[in-house]
Amino acid sequence: MSDSAPIITFDHVDKFYGDFHALKDISISVREGERMVVCGPSGSGKSTLIRCINGLEFHNSGVLTVDGVEVYEDSKHIYRLRQEVGMVFQQFNLFPHLTVLENLTIGPIKVRKVSPSEAERTARKYLERVRIPEQADKYPSALSGGQQQRVAIARSLCMESRIMLFDEPTSALDPEMINEVLDVMVELADTGMTMVVVTHEMGFARKVADTMVFMDAGEIVETAPPDVFFTNPASARCRAFLDQILDH
Amino acid sequence: MSIAEPSYTAKGRALPQRQPIAKAIDSVTFAIIAYTAIIGGIVWLAYSGAQAMGYNWQWYRIPQYFYTFTDDGFQWGEISVGLVKTLTLSSIAFALAVVMGLIVALLRLSGLVVCTAVSVAFLELIRNIPLLVLLYLFYYVLGPIFGFDRYWASILCLAVFHSVLISEIFRAGINAVAKGQWEAATSIGMSKGQAYRYIILPQSIRFMLPPMTGEVVHMVKSSAIVSVIAVAELTTIGRNIISETYMSFEVWFTIAAVYMAVTLILSVGVSFVEKRYAVDT
Repeated sequence: MSDSAPIITFDHVDKFYGDFHALKDISISVREGERMVVCGPSGSGKSTLIRCINGLEFHNSGVLTVDGVEVYEDSKHIYRLRQEVGMVFQQFNLFPHLTVLENLTIGPIKVRKVSPSEAERTARKYLERVRIPEQADKYPSALSGGQQQRVAIARSLCMESRIMLFDEPTSALDPEMINEVLDVMVELADTGMTMVVVTHEMGFARKVADTMVFMDAGEIVETAPPDVFFTNPASARCRAFLDQILDH
Repeated sequence: MSIAEPSYTAKGRALPQRQPIAKAIDSVTFAIIAYTAIIGGIVWLAYSGAQAMGYNWQWYRIPQYFYTFTDDGFQWGEISVGLVKTLTLSSIAFALAVVMGLIVALLRLSGLVVCTAVSVAFLELIRNIPLLVLLYLFYYVLGPIFGFDRYWASILCLAVFHSVLISEIFRAGINAVAKGQWEAATSIGMSKGQAYRYIILPQSIRFMLPPMTGEVVHMVKSSAIVSVIAVAELTTIGRNIISETYMSFEVWFTIAAVYMAVTLILSVGVSFVEKRYAVDT
């Protein structure tokens, strides 16, 4: 693992919203197959960080390279790049006017120009993997939150992405549905997928993370393997944060 | 604070009744009686007013303007021909208005400074000119310059006027779609055009249908204004018949009823379509 090449590289990246300095001099890299979990208080720039990776937001200075391609607003490769990078959102963001199956096939058919029959075969395969093959013909509104989030994961998988980004995937879920989503994510991690996950689910982080990242006020405060991160964090800010979320 | 021992059992207890007068006023029977009384009063006032003027009602002469059935066979009357003209005029104008409205809305939402400026300028220009003046501009100024006749002048004028209103409907409908839908579409690699076509516009249809219905009805009604440049549609036909027969009361009542029938049918038709597109999020 440690010898594989970096697939995502932030090199002194800064990002502003007006006067607000959202990302401050970020330099970090993710290797192919690495699972990175990012945590930190709200407003610390975690979401901004991963939204820069697939160009949902664009950084203002520094160099961000994903899969060998530099990410910037007018890049010709940005659409190509987004196909390589799947994203799962906090609010699922399924397409409510399409059935589950159509949600999964519209990307491959319209963007990747895959034939409808092949797209459907792939879609059913991934629905099987997220364990809801029987919901294929329903509309998203008929599904529970946990099921919707699993459909959203399958939708990203159908694009045959090589990198998956998760932006607080369980924060909008009822407590009893969190595990069904985390289970799917653990299985995905076991397949060797490169994953960058923003989450507060520390049990999940312990189980799958290769690298833990703690952010605060737009800076990366701490980067460490989970065993060090959870037992002996170097910075006081990180320790205070962990105390707050792990104590109960 | 202690709770007093209840002197009744809660189970099956009837709630206090509403005031009898409020109940009576709110009843269907009362509504029908009041409605009939008001409408009857208006009709009676109009009729007795006309009688006092010594108006000579000639309703029997009206049907021939819808159709005639003589030895020569069946023939459509003038009002029917005028109605068809009104409908074709309005539908062509509406189709053009939808296309133009969509373009104006997309320009406005493009986020590009030039495009937004162009569409806002167009919007403000058209919105601040009275429809009648706009019609004169198209017929007396643009018509001769670009060489289109009164029929096309009226169609283009109506299309331009309504495109502004329709663009606002498109804009509101597009903005009503959640921002997350854009992000999801973008994240699976869709271009802006693909996102509009496959994700955003299909969802905004249900937000746009109710105000769009209003616009169709509005279009049919405002098409009457083209009678001032003598396009032979329903209102012009009405004026022509009156100038020949002097039956102004009967004819205007009839023309109004025809407009009402058309717009009511349209409203009912679209409410069926609305049900089809009703998707809950």
